[in-house]
Amino acid sequence: MKTIKVYGPGCKRCDATEAMIREAATSLSIEVEIEKITDPRSIAMAGVMSTPGISVDGKLVHAGGLPDAVKLEGWLAT
Amino acid sequence: MTTDTHDIEPHREHSDWFWYVGVPAGGIAWVLLYQQLIPFSEWATALFPISRDSHTGEAIAFFLYDVPKVLLLLTLIVFVTGVLRSWFSPEKTRAILSGKREILGYPLAAALGVLTPFCSCSSVPLFIGFVSAGIPLGVTFSFLIAGPMVGPVGLGLLFGLVGWKITAIYLVFGFSIATIAGWVMGRMGLERYLQDWVRELNTGAATGLPEERLSMVDRLKVGLDQVKEILGKVWIWVVIGISIGALIHGYVPEAVMLKIMGGEAWWSVPAAVVVGVPMYTNAAGVIPIVEALLGKGAALGTTLAFMMSVIALSLPEMIILKQVLTLRLIAIFIAVVASGILATGFLFNALL
Repeated sequence: MKTIKVYGPGCKRCDATEAMIREAATSLSIEVEIEKITDPRSIAMAGVMSTPGISVDGKLVHAGGLPDAVKLEGWLAT
Repeated sequence: MTTDTHDIEPHREHSDWFWYVGVPAGGIAWVLLYQQLIPFSEWATALFPISRDSHTGEAIAFFLYDVPKVLLLLTLIVFVTGVLRSWFSPEKTRAILSGKREILGYPLAAALGVLTPFCSCSSVPLFIGFVSAGIPLGVTFSFLIAGPMVGPVGLGLLFGLVGWKITAIYLVFGFSIATIAGWVMGRMGLERYLQDWVRELNTGAATGLPEERLSMVDRLKVGLDQVKEILGKVWIWVVIGISIGALIHGYVPEAVMLKIMGGEAWWSVPAAVVVGVPMYTNAAGVIPIVEALLGKGAALGTTLAFMMSVIALSLPEMIILKQVLTLRLIAIFIAVVASGILATGFLFNALL
């Protein structure tokens, strides 16, 4: 079970990112819990300056734009 | 203007060769298409049962020439800037700026504002990230003003539609306004007008995010993704802007234009700013209008003031910034930037 956080004010790309994470998790058969962080203060506190940002189990792995699908699977698998 | 980077396509079906052959081939196709613009627009205008020299004929020809031209120019500009900007990121920019407190920080921030990819939807986290890392507020403002004001899309379209002289003037003055407005606001000591929670925040400079290694092909993909993303978003503004431009080009008599936007009417510059600020469009939508206005003899200063206030000051952006700035600070921000725009407008109307 991995806890994923998606940081973003709720733009289209944030939803797309969430969908990509779900898809990757399904294909890897990993259980994930996705939390969306939309509050600007929390986004900033996480060190994210360009959205959407992604953290896996508390570790920031990505910021700015849609993630690369291959890399995304890598973050989820480790 | 809205841009974002690192949009790497999830698919890997194409080999690197696809990109090394495809991009130059695309470039050649672009040049061939660009050469067909005038023949195409004249041919398509002739299909309408209207005299080419009538008001309607002029308007249709303007529209049919400008729409494909602007879309072609945008494709090229967005692709090239997308690739160039893949070398920059908000994190790198912050690292560069946080060491600079001297006067050099302002022009540097303005320059990085042009080069750093950021989307208006991330402007709040970006603002907080900068301020909390100890970058002075004024320097942060220089960055935030320059980003939209002297964006590559605007400059590229201005160059393609209006010519290099006005593009150069716009670049120099847009850049100066961003630098000076940031400096003025820095001198005013406005930190106390941030929202309370922003002042108390300290996120530190390090995000712990490892820098992404991108190959040249990755960068080309970023460019292509930007083209899809931005053209998908702005094409409607382009069509609206060119329609308005076409109506001005076809129907507005020059005498009327000279009266409203000519250099003689001193009030035309502030009026252009007042009209421009609430207008919500982007560089791609406003520059075809600028092209038509200048073509009808509108004064350069008035037109520059209009264009700058449309692009640099927009209500939706102010509403987003309201989360981190108090109303008072937003009012000061608008007042300082608008003064710079007014000064530019009056200067050019007086000179020419």
